[in-house]
Amino acid sequence: MNFSPVNICLLGVTGLVAVGFYGLLTTRNLIKVVIMLQILVKATVLGLITAGNKSGQLYLTQSMAITVIVADTIVAVIGMAFAIQIRRQVGTLDTNDLSSLRG
Amino acid sequence: MLETLIYGLLVGAAIFSAIQSLRADSLLRSAIWLAGVSVLLSIVIYLLGAPQVAVIELSVGAGLVTVLFVFAISVAGGEGIGERSLVPKPLAWGLIVFSGLLLIYFVLPIRTSISSVSDTSLTAVFWEDRSLDLLVQVVLIYSGVLGLVGILAEAKAPLQQSMVDEVAAERERDLQEMEITAVPEVDPPI
Repeated sequence: MNFSPVNICLLGVTGLVAVGFYGLLTTRNLIKVVIMLQILVKATVLGLITAGNKSGQLYLTQSMAITVIVADTIVAVIGMAFAIQIRRQVGTLDTNDLSSLRG
Repeated sequence: MLETLIYGLLVGAAIFSAIQSLRADSLLRSAIWLAGVSVLLSIVIYLLGAPQVAVIELSVGAGLVTVLFVFAISVAGGEGIGERSLVPKPLAWGLIVFSGLLLIYFVLPIRTSISSVSDTSLTAVFWEDRSLDLLVQVVLIYSGVLGLVGILAEAKAPLQQSMVDEVAAERERDLQEMEITAVPEVDPPI
């Protein structure tokens, strides 16, 4: 495999997705979960731009990437607002202590 | 060769920042490392030929989101970050390696190369071809602002009785206060 810029960027996408998934699986703090989601979405944006660069449809993928960034920012804002409100109501940010279901 | 080296350094530094963001022992450091990931990725995106997305990623990803994270961390606090994970770490590593191998198997190496270079501009694609995306973005931003206002509003104490009884009791209290304050003054005997 030759190490062209596109291949290096795809390897970077793979690495960032791996870090984001690992963080989502192992993190129990709500704000850190949002941070890991951000890393996953950044990997997605890089993948979109890399695909556009490779296929010659860069304008199309740029417009998609802008949509993804806007949606991701809204998700982060709502997630952090939830975290603040949960901290006020429940008193913790640990996802393990949030569930009131037993059994 | 130099181009490959620059890309490799930038992408490697971005992955390093992401790992440091995962390993950081305080939420504030984690947010700062995330901003580093955003800055490095925006440079890579710029080098790939998408300056508009690079600017938006830099201003929104490294600026706005980091400020929001710092605000949320200062309000909510950063406790509970060192807790043990619910998923066993070997299982998490196995899942990550498996999904990474699947991704590499399906993506690398890229065999097809479509060389149809479109001659339109980003403005035409963004405002004309992808107008539905714009509509979705407007709705997203509007719903996000409304949701933020609704969620961050201070919760009021729940009513102890029905609204009619509550209002009647409040009027009763007001009348009693008025009667207390409106006691006629007795003129002193001359």
